[in-house]
Amino acid sequence: MSVDQATVRRIAHLARIAVSPEEVPHLQQELNAILSFVEELSAVDVEGVEPMTSVVPMKMVWRKDAVTDHAGADVVVANAPVSEDNFFVVPKVVE
Amino acid sequence: MNAPANPSKLIKGATGDWEIVVGMEIHAQVSSHSKLFSGASTDFGGDPNSHVSLVDAAMPGMLPVINEECVKQAVRTGIGLKAQINHRSTFDRKNYFYPDLPQGYQISQFKSPIVGEGVVIVDVTPTEQITVGIERLHLEQDAGKSLHDQSPTDSFVDLNRSGVALMEIVSKPDIRSAEEARAYVTKLRTILRYLGTCDGNMEQGSLRADVNVSVRRPGEGLGTRCEIKNVNSIRFIGQAVDVEARRQIAILEDGGSIDQETRLFDPARGETRSMRSKEEAHDYRYFPDPDLLPLEFDEAFVEELARGLPELPDEKKARFMRDYGIASYDAGVLVAERASADFYEAVATGRDAKMAANWVINELFGRLNKEGFDIAASPVSAAQLGAIVDLISEGVISGKIAKDLFEIVWTEGGDPRALVETRGMKQVTDTGAIEAAVDAIIAANPDKVAQAQAKPTMLGWFVGQVMKQTGGKANPQSVNDVLKSKLGI
Repeated sequence: MSVDQATVRRIAHLARIAVSPEEVPHLQQELNAILSFVEELSAVDVEGVEPMTSVVPMKMVWRKDAVTDHAGADVVVANAPVSEDNFFVVPKVVE
Repeated sequence: MNAPANPSKLIKGATGDWEIVVGMEIHAQVSSHSKLFSGASTDFGGDPNSHVSLVDAAMPGMLPVINEECVKQAVRTGIGLKAQINHRSTFDRKNYFYPDLPQGYQISQFKSPIVGEGVVIVDVTPTEQITVGIERLHLEQDAGKSLHDQSPTDSFVDLNRSGVALMEIVSKPDIRSAEEARAYVTKLRTILRYLGTCDGNMEQGSLRADVNVSVRRPGEGLGTRCEIKNVNSIRFIGQAVDVEARRQIAILEDGGSIDQETRLFDPARGETRSMRSKEEAHDYRYFPDPDLLPLEFDEAFVEELARGLPELPDEKKARFMRDYGIASYDAGVLVAERASADFYEAVATGRDAKMAANWVINELFGRLNKEGFDIAASPVSAAQLGAIVDLISEGVISGKIAKDLFEIVWTEGGDPRALVETRGMKQVTDTGAIEAAVDAIIAANPDKVAQAQAKPTMLGWFVGQVMKQTGGKANPQSVNDVLKSKLGI
C-alpha cells in the first residue's frame, strides 16, 4: 500500500494541517516508508484471532447516572483566545 | 424492499408514475441526568457553558467514562423496537472539524452498534398499517451549539449539549410517502415516550430527523438518494419528503440525474437547498476509540430491564381492541399518549366501551385539539365524561343533548347528573307528552301530512318539529315510532 501526492494533500486538509506544495513530496516519501514498514505485519496469519482491544483482561468501567461534575463556565472558557459572556467566540462559520 | 408498488402511493409525473422511497435517521436525546461520558448535567436551557465538564470541553488528558443509565436506556429502546440487543458493542471515533465539536471527533458506534435489526408497526390511516424495519440503533455524543446571529463577524459556541447522549435510530428504506414518514416518526416518538428513554420534545431538539429521499419508477431498483439534514418537526418532515421528491422527479423527467448530496429543508420557502460545504467532510475516517473498551453485558441484564418496562403502545392497543372491542385505528389514537390511554380506561371501565371511545376521541380530543390543550389540562375529567356516557346509556339524555351537556361541563364544570336535573335536560320518554306534541303538529299541518303519506322521507320534517317543540328532549326513537303510527306510514 502506498499513497500518492493527491492523497497526502487530502489527508492534510482533512486533518486541518497546512502543508505547502514543497513539503508534499517529502511527506509522501515518509508516509510510504511508514506504510511499507507496517505492511510487514500482513505476513502474520491472524485467521480466527479476535482483534485485541486491551493489553489487560479488564471490563469497561461504568458510572452511575449522577451530576458530579461541572467545571464552571469561567474555567471552561479560561484558555479561549476570545470569549464573551462565557461563550467561545470563533470566526463566523455558517452554512 | 422491492415489494410491488402500491398504486395509491405513486406520484404522477409528466412522463408517468414515480414511487418515493424514504429512510430515516432519527437522533433521539437519551433521558438521563448526566452526559454519556461525563458527570455534567444534561438540563436544557442553562447559561452558556454552565453544564460543561472538562471532558466535554475536550481538555487534554480527560478520559470518557460511560454512564450506565444511557446504556440501559438504549437497551430499553431496543426492546421497545422489538430489536436484536447486541451484548457486545464498540465505540468509534468519527472525525471532523467544527467549532462546536471540541474533540475534533464524535464518539459514536460505527462498526458494531448496541442494537441491531427491529421493527416498528405504524398505523398510517384507519385502514392502512405498514411495518418499517429498523436497521440499527447506536449510542453517540451530541455536539455543542453554535449561534450565528450574535455578531456580524463571529460565531458564539456553547458546549452545554456537548457530550449529551443520543440514540441514532436508523430505519430501512421502507417508507413510501410523506404521510407514512410522518406516521412513522409519530409512532417512534410514542414508543420512546412510553419507554421513558427520550422525552420526544421536538421544539427543544430532543428528537431530530435526517431524511433520506429518492424516487424510482415502480418496480425498479433504488434511485440515488439525497439526505435532508436536521428536520425538527413532524409536519416539516412530511413537507420535506414531498418537495424533495418533486424536485428529483423534475430533474429526472428533464433527462438529468440526481447528485447524491446533503440538503437542508427551508420551511419558509418550501424548498430544499444543497449544503455543498458538507460534502468534503464526509470522509470521517472512523477508527475504534482507544479510550473506551468494548461495551459488554449479559442476557440477565437485558431481562432485568425488560421486566421493568411498562405496557408498550402495541400491547396496550391489542388489549384495548380485545377487551373493549374498539377498532384498530381508534385504539391507536387512544394509546398514542399514555395519559390519553389512562384517561380512556378511566372512562371506559364498567361502561359501554365503544361509546366511551367515541366520546373520548370525537368530542374530547376534538375539542382539546381545537383549543390546543393537552389531555392533562382537560377541563372535563374522566369521571365527568363517564357520567355523561352513563346518562346516555341509561336513556336519561339523548346523544344530542349530551353534546350540549358536554359543552356546559367544559365551560362551567359541575356534576353532569346534577346539571341534567337542575337545567331540565332530561329526555322525554313519556309517550303521552310526545303524542300530544305530535297531535298538535299534525292538526296544524294537514298539507304536510298528505305529503308525508305520499313520500315517507318527509318524516324527518315532523321529527324536527317535535324536537323543536320539546326543546330537543324527546327520545328520538319514541318520536319516530309515534309519528309512524299516527301518520300511518
